Parts: sequence; C-alpha cells; structure tokens
Amino acid sequence: MSYDLDQQTQTALFQYLLRLADDRLILGHRLSEWCGHGPILEEDIALSNFALDFIGQAEALLRLAGEVEDKGRSEDDLAYKRDWQDYHCCQLVERPKGDFGFTMARQFFFDAYDFPMWEALTTSSFEPLAAIASKSVKEAKYHLRHSGEWVLRLGDGTKESHDRIQTSVDSLWRYTGELFETDAVHDHLFSQGIAICLSGIEKEWKEIVLPHLTRATLTPPSEEGMVMVSGTRYGAHSEHLGHLLTEMQVLPRAFPDAKW
Amino acid sequence: MTVVNDSDTPEQLEAFQARIDAGETIEPKDWMPAQYRKQLVRMISQHAHSEIVGMLPEGNWLTRAPSLRRKKILLAKIQDEGGHGLYLYCAAETLGVDRTELIDQLHAGKAKYSQIFNYPSLNWADIGVIGWLVDGAAIVNQTMLAKTSYGPYSRAMIRICKEENFHKKQGYELLAQMMEGTKDQQAMVQDAVNRWWWPSLMMFGPSDKDSPNSKVLLKWKVKRKTNDELRQRFINMTVPQANAIGVKLPDPDLQFDEKTKNWNFGEINWDEFWAVVKGHGPCNVERLEARRAAHDEGRWVREAAEAYAEKHSGIKKAA
Ligand SMILES: [Fe+2]
Ligand SMILES: [Fe+2]
Repeated sequence: MSYDLDQQTQTALFQYLLRLADDRLILGHRLSEWCGHGPILEEDIALSNFALDFIGQAEALLRLAGEVEDKGRSEDDLAYKRDWQDYHCCQLVERPKGDFGFTMARQFFFDAYDFPMWEALTTSSFEPLAAIASKSVKEAKYHLRHSGEWVLRLGDGTKESHDRIQTSVDSLWRYTGELFETDAVHDHLFSQGIAICLSGIEKEWKEIVLPHLTRATLTPPSEEGMVMVSGTRYGAHSEHLGHLLTEMQVLPRAFPDAKW
Repeated sequence: MTVVNDSDTPEQLEAFQARIDAGETIEPKDWMPAQYRKQLVRMISQHAHSEIVGMLPEGNWLTRAPSLRRKKILLAKIQDEGGHGLYLYCAAETLGVDRTELIDQLHAGKAKYSQIFNYPSLNWADIGVIGWLVDGAAIVNQTMLAKTSYGPYSRAMIRICKEENFHKKQGYELLAQMMEGTKDQQAMVQDAVNRWWWPSLMMFGPSDKDSPNSKVLLKWKVKRKTNDELRQRFINMTVPQANAIGVKLPDPDLQFDEKTKNWNFGEINWDEFWAVVKGHGPCNVERLEARRAAHDEGRWVREAAEAYAEKHSGIKKAA
C-alpha cells in the first residue's frame, strides 16, 4: 500500500512512526521480562497484559511505517532486521527492568506521556495513525490508572517501599525530558496536522505526574545540576539497547531465510 | 493409605458414595469424606502449581520469539497459564486451604507439580512442541477432569480446557509452519520432539498398577479414567498429527494394532520419571529457585500493598 504523501512528509512520517513504535516495542520487551517472575500472580498477569498491548501497538505502527516507507519492509523486517543505530526509542524504555518499583515508576512516567499523546493523536490528519490512536488510547488509559495505583501503594506503603520507589523516581527523572523533545521531523509533521504538540503533552504530563507523586508522598528530584538525557531520537542510545536487540533478533538474524 | 478417616462414620461414607454413584456433583458446602477433601486439595494444588511453574520454560523464549505475531501468541499463552493457576488456587480455596499456604508448600519443596516442567526449553521449536504435546496431554487429562465429581474443579476444568485447546492448536500450527520451512527449522522441530515425547507420555503419571491414589479417586469419580487409558488416548490422537506434519516420534516400537485400534508403544523409562519427580530432573532446582526468587523479591511489594490498603481502608469506608 502506498500513501499520497510528498517526499518530505513521507520521510518524516516514516521516522516518526518508528519513534512511536520503537518506544513501545522496547518497553513491551522489558515488561515481558517479568512474565513468570512477578511479585504477585495477579500482577504477573497484568504486566504480561501490558507487554502484549505495547507489542501489539508496536506491530501496528511498524506495519504502517513499512507501508509509508513503501519499500516492501514488513513489521517483522523493521523489528528484527534493523540495527540499534536505526532504532529511535528513548532511553527511558531501554533501562533494564530493575526491581518492581523501578518498573512501575518507569511505567508511570511513560503512561503519563502515552495517554495524553494517544488522545491527541486520535485527531491526527493522517487517518491510519488516528485509527491506531483510537484503539491505543483505551489501553493507555488503563495502563496509567494501573501504574499510578502502584506508585501510590509503593510510595505510601512501607518505609522500604517508599525509599525504593523514591530512588527509582530520582534515577529515572533525567530520562523523562526527551519524551518531549522536538526536531525538524516533528515540527514538519506538526505543521501538517499529523503529529501533536509535544509541549502541550509535556504540560499535561506535569499535571498528571507532579500532584500524583505528592499524593504518593514522593518528591521529584531537583533538576538543578541534573543533566537531562537527550538525543536518542537521532540514535544516541544506551549500552542496554544493543544487548536487548541481540537477544530479540537472534533467530531472524541467524536464519535469515526462515519464516516463523 | 487408609480411606476411612476416624471422624467419618460408615453411614456418612455410604451416603456420600450413593451421591457419587447417582452422578451428583459435590459442592463446597456439602459433607465430604476427609480423604476426598485431602485428595482434591492435593490434585488441584498440584495442578495450580503446574500452571505457574509451567510459565517458566515457555517464558525462556519470550524475549527471543522470532516474529511479533509469535511473541504476542506466546505472551498471551503464558498469561493464560497464569490465569489458570489463579483460577485453580481459587478452586482449592473452596476446600478450606488458602493460596499462601499452598504456595509456601511449593516453595518449601513439599508440593508437587507436573514433572514435565523440569525439562529445559532449548530451541524455539520447543515452544511449539510444548503447545502441541504438553498442552495436548493436559487436555486429555482435563477433559476427563471436567466430569469430576467436585463441582468447582469440574467448572474450572471446563473453562481452562477451552484455552488449552487454543494453545495446542497454536503450538501445532507453529510446528507445521517450521516443518514447511528450511532444513534448519525442520531439524529444530525434530530435536524438540525427540526431547519432549517421552516426558509428555509420563505426564499421565505412573502405570495404573503403580498409582497409589488411582483406585479411590476412581471410586469417588474424582478421576473417570485410569492413567494408562488416558495415555493411550493421547498417543492414538497424536501419532496421526505427527505424521501429518512429517515429524518422527522417537519410538521404534510405535505400531498400530488393527485389533484394538490402538497405537502400541515402547517401554516408558519410569526410572527417569521417578528421578524427575523426586527432584533430580534437569531443571528442578532452577524452576524452584526462580519461583522462590520471584516470591522473595516480591515480598516488599506485597507488604507495601498491604500497608497501603490498611492505611487507606478508613478513607475508603468513609467515602
Ligand atoms: Fe494451563
Ligand atoms: Fe495451556
């Protein structure tokens, strides 16, 4: 399938869809690492369910990216045969899963961005993307409620849980900034009504996150002297991504002719 | 093992047996012999533990699933198994035990789970073979248990069986596709089948003559068929399926008997079975360690959830 897009928009949209997809694919991968190892059976099931949602979203986005690119690459080609340099996920999702508090703090930060973002994308002028958004926003709303509840429980639970999740909040904070970074790709798509206003999403993110942390008796770390992570969208990744992809891509790489 | 418990009078036992013989379903509030309750707790909790431990060998391939579709299918399947575990722990709780107690027994190494999950999942085709053979064997067993005399167990089985059938179909489809693929893929399938075939036959438990619980379970219609009958049914079902995708079952003695219409099969290595049951299988230690680690590392999370619920229970009530 090919879409009627001018060259600049086509290139930018392909990039943009990869960003959206890669965040979700990598986060889904991290969540799936909990499967069978959760702290409570119910939570084990819930985390697998999240993983399933994110991988499903990534699949739909990668398929669409392949169609937009129009070079015959399938969602699996894009997931399994792309090198780490060509991935566009943010470092927030690359972080190893850590303890349950770390996973939930990361999830909450991501969900608080994911939900308003999908909500805004439901009105994207690129209809196939708006369609994915309409489906995903329901999942994102549920994710946010769930991770938000855990942030409350852990923050306002025991001394140990409070200290643990506060440490995670502190260490994760510097990875949250790049969720809202814009560049020429984004600006162009925004001007076309395809992408959404990221500074608007950032405002909403803060409106969700800051009061919620307070409710959970947690405090955001001071940003003074903190160097926010930046530039992943252009391929500045952490060491973790390479390991993750090596594992994820092992079979299609080892047996390039095989279909699974 | 004695069947008659001190507190159960012969009259009670007789009346109970009459209900069973009349095909009635026993419900949690009904009177039941102490041994009936005990056997059911043993079976249902073993079954629940098996679902949970069974998540591990399959989980081993989650991060390496070779396509997004397969990754989703595998995630959904393992998630289902967790759901089965949950559902079965609830069924066990209707008999007056609680889940924590049962899980503690598992972690203490005092409770059993299916021996099959103490084998390693070594190549991707193992995921298909587990669906096809392990879920397949479970279905044969569970279809029988869907007619068990204890109501909550029977209902759990009916619900679970539907999903297991789906798992089996997906596993078989995965293998069929690999068998139509490259030489490497075909070799993977054959290797996986070679390793899982005999252990799957052992899933039905020891031969009837060596199965200490069988007689009383049949009498109370907890079980409706013997281990050997179920095993034979599974083999009869599976051989044609293996042939259809061109994979060889690793038993030179497999032969169709025109008279009985059964597939005769070779000797099962019961020494291996007992060794695995007693903790000496390839992965017994790892499986239990993984479960214990998840539990121990989750302690602070559970404590936090409890503390939070306690702190805020007043607020919720007031609201
Ligand atoms: Fe199951
Ligand atoms: Fe299953």
